[in-house]
Amino acid sequence: MLVFGGIGLIAAGMLFGDIFAAFVLHQNGGQTGQALLAATQAVAAQDPSAVKAAFTHVGDLLEDRGTKVDTHVHMIDAGYLALLLALIQPYVALSVSSKKLLAKLFLIGGFLLPVGIFLIHYVGLTYSPFMVIGWASIMADSAGGLLIIALIGEGWGFWKYLRNTHAGPAESELPKDRSWERRMLLSGGTMLVLLGFLQGAWYAGFNLYEHENREMVILKDLLKQPSGSGGIASSVNAYGMLQAEKAVLIAAHSHIIEFGLLAILLSFVQPYIYLSEVWKRRWVKLLLAGSVILPVFVLLELRMGLLAGGIADSGGLMVIVALIAMLVGVVRHTGSLDAGVGSTQ
Amino acid sequence: MSNARKLLIGGGTILAAFGMLYGLYYAVFVEHQTLDRMGGSLAGAFIHSAERHGYESQLALNAYRETKYDYVRQVDVHSHWIGLAMLMIVLGVVLDDVALGARARFGIALAMLIGSILFPMGVILQTTHALLAASALAIVGSALVIIAMTAAAVGFVRRA
Repeated sequence: MLVFGGIGLIAAGMLFGDIFAAFVLHQNGGQTGQALLAATQAVAAQDPSAVKAAFTHVGDLLEDRGTKVDTHVHMIDAGYLALLLALIQPYVALSVSSKKLLAKLFLIGGFLLPVGIFLIHYVGLTYSPFMVIGWASIMADSAGGLLIIALIGEGWGFWKYLRNTHAGPAESELPKDRSWERRMLLSGGTMLVLLGFLQGAWYAGFNLYEHENREMVILKDLLKQPSGSGGIASSVNAYGMLQAEKAVLIAAHSHIIEFGLLAILLSFVQPYIYLSEVWKRRWVKLLLAGSVILPVFVLLELRMGLLAGGIADSGGLMVIVALIAMLVGVVRHTGSLDAGVGSTQ
Repeated sequence: MSNARKLLIGGGTILAAFGMLYGLYYAVFVEHQTLDRMGGSLAGAFIHSAERHGYESQLALNAYRETKYDYVRQVDVHSHWIGLAMLMIVLGVVLDDVALGARARFGIALAMLIGSILFPMGVILQTTHALLAASALAIVGSALVIIAMTAAAVGFVRRA
């Protein structure tokens, strides 16, 4: 349940991210730039009400973008955690029914949390009894609560395992697989995570504070009203470029680490993928290739523009295809087990 | 199960639950208010500028800077604590595949645990007055995590 649900959540989250990157992200950025330009022009025209209107629009656009990014991130992370929980089940000393209940709770929470986050922008504060939190937020927070309850339950089971007070039958440990697929996914995944850490350390050391300072300089320029409309447009453009620069650096950092983690997690699932060796290797190669292509071309987006963006999106698609292929292999594996049980009966 | 694996799986589970509790608390009690304050102060800076109130505009811009500085780090702490916790659990499950001695494996586990606690803690402490000490904590924490991951990568490659 956790393996299937986990891979399903990851694949759905990635598909959502790819659709968001292709059809929403750039359009949203363009509209935000236009709204900021309108706000700056309203400052020049000494029209505070137009400034307010422009910023209401900016806030709306940022909420739209932010909730979609959060939907993508939380759905994938819930999938990762589900896969992780699947891996530690042999070390969770709880009864089978308790484990199933915790797995169900986790998967329901993992599905409802991103759905709630997605709906925040559309539901808003409609019929909400609170000042700042709407019903969609309440749904997302409650789903987050379910995840925490499930995780605390799993932690309790692990604690009981460590204390050797087994409450129920322990599952058999993971098979000791030494296949090429497992070794490639483990080594490749660890390298990706390490690269992501190094890039993150570089970003924190050399970009983070510089970006924060540059943002203030640009905003001050905007408020000082550079001479002529060309000056305003140039400052708004600089602000947009800064946001894009931050976005690609953070996206490259998070994606390369998440793909590395995914590769490591999928290395454990390989014994449960009922496909021929040749096809299993092909999907591993496709997954690792996509995991490198996406972050590298996200970084190149500032230099190469939409071409790099398109290549990055296709990298994401490669990972999704490999993931779905592995999911099919898991379904075939469970099918073969069911068929085995049926024939013995 | 070895002590190193216990440390990674147990520590990772606790850290993940802690990161989630922090995220839930932050989402319910802090985030919406912070976002309102951040958006309000930036809009305020522009509105005061349109009214030609330069001093108030500057104050609002400073408020925006400070709020955003805190917001970025508060969100980073949530994601990094959970992300590092997941990595610890994965490493705990796979530690037998690291072709290094038992002491080296325990060293990897200990460095991961200490680094995964210190790095996000250093990041969140950057929102206080102890900026220098907080940055030092974050750097030490991230260095420990990078060293542990490098050692694990070497172990995996040796096995491969």
